[in-house]
Amino acid sequence: MAKKGELGRVWDYVVNTQVWRSVMRHGYPDTPRNRSLAVLANLILHLHPIRLRKSGLRVRYTWCMGGLTFFLFLELTITGLLLMFYYRPTAEYAYNDIEYLRADVALGIMRELHRWGAHAMVISVWLHMMRVFMTGAYKPPREFNWSIGVILLVLTLLLSFTGYLLPWDQLAMWAVTVGTNMARATPVLGHEGPGASLVVVPYAEGAGTISVVHQASDVRFGLLGGRFVGAATILRFYVLHCVGFPLIAAFLIALHFWRVRKDGGISGPL
Amino acid sequence: MAEEKSVSTPPAPKGAAAPKHVVVGQYPPPPDISRRNFLMSWAGLAWGTFTLANGVGAAATLRFMMPNVLFEPPQKFKAGKLDDYEWDKPDERFKTAQKAWLMKTHADWNKKPAFIALDTTCTHLGCTPNVLFSESKIKCPCHGSGFRFNGVNFEGPAPRPLERYKVYLDPIDGQIIVDKTKKFLYEKGEWEDKESYIDLSSA
Repeated sequence: MAKKGELGRVWDYVVNTQVWRSVMRHGYPDTPRNRSLAVLANLILHLHPIRLRKSGLRVRYTWCMGGLTFFLFLELTITGLLLMFYYRPTAEYAYNDIEYLRADVALGIMRELHRWGAHAMVISVWLHMMRVFMTGAYKPPREFNWSIGVILLVLTLLLSFTGYLLPWDQLAMWAVTVGTNMARATPVLGHEGPGASLVVVPYAEGAGTISVVHQASDVRFGLLGGRFVGAATILRFYVLHCVGFPLIAAFLIALHFWRVRKDGGISGPL
Repeated sequence: MAEEKSVSTPPAPKGAAAPKHVVVGQYPPPPDISRRNFLMSWAGLAWGTFTLANGVGAAATLRFMMPNVLFEPPQKFKAGKLDDYEWDKPDERFKTAQKAWLMKTHADWNKKPAFIALDTTCTHLGCTPNVLFSESKIKCPCHGSGFRFNGVNFEGPAPRPLERYKVYLDPIDGQIIVDKTKKFLYEKGEWEDKESYIDLSSA
């Protein structure tokens, strides 16, 4: 597209430099072909369908809940990253650093943005699932994407749960104490769960057995890094919260979006 | 792109002028819009607000990275009274904690008596030299730079004398105050600055 004037000539020069053309493989997206290329040639955009059904853009149909969830995920990633500059995941410093973030760090709402965003994301994920269920978008050919969505829901709740411990106050400690007590009842792997008493090795000839899954060897012990919520737990939850779960979630989100495209875009109205 | 003509467009009679816009699908052609029209429109307001909010957010994020509380020793410290120091011997009591040698000297670089505070950072590559009292010199263990007690370099690779901190006496309790936020460099002629030493001519 030819532009007039001095600015237009500068523009024409810039877009024809080798640097620009090595980055941008196609022209300005003002033709249907260039629009398609702009989406296809872009790492992020290619996860998205090239063309959308008009019905898929209706807010009353989608509630935009998937998009809002993704937006909140990005918001939580950015605010979480910024919080990591001030927060130390140790029993000694964690609570003080949270107080420091609230009281003395510039514009002390970063932690609140993270917390509110986390609450909002849990809500928006549920509403998104409800919309998908109500519109029947889990039906073939989208059943695999529904399964990915269920895993993403669980990951969202796990992120929320691991993050809940990090302020390291009384509420966090006892909430996680109560929450992780559920892991005691894990079948076979939890020491109070069904089947755990069957996992035994013989002690000696006629001298009874030793249980393999006990309080200091079951799945809860591995999760907490001890028998109780303690110094090891906060580091474990921190690493899971900041690295482990977000990495898995980011990969599954990419897969989720890509499958939306591959499964024929957003489902149509009933 | 003549083949993309919409099915809803009636075929133009032969000889008639081609339509101004190629109609794709059922959508009407985009309205002609000038820059002024755009800026004064709701879209312009929306994008303007969006840009402004992003700018404020970016500025706030940058501000967030600048801590308000520093967990490091203050850069200004009290160092007792002048009588607490021996003449002509660099005092090492603040070497580890504050990286400073304090000294009352009869003969500073300009042959005048003064109280000075030297930075213990070698001017070659930043090691911390040792005071060799028996040899009356300050010697860097890394590459052998040597300095007189007053900080002037005389051997080894160090290109310039040690740096000096600002020193003055507290007007209320008479204690020495060393202010490390201000440095004085010999090669810039800053050692002549009244703030770089405490004059002991009358002492």
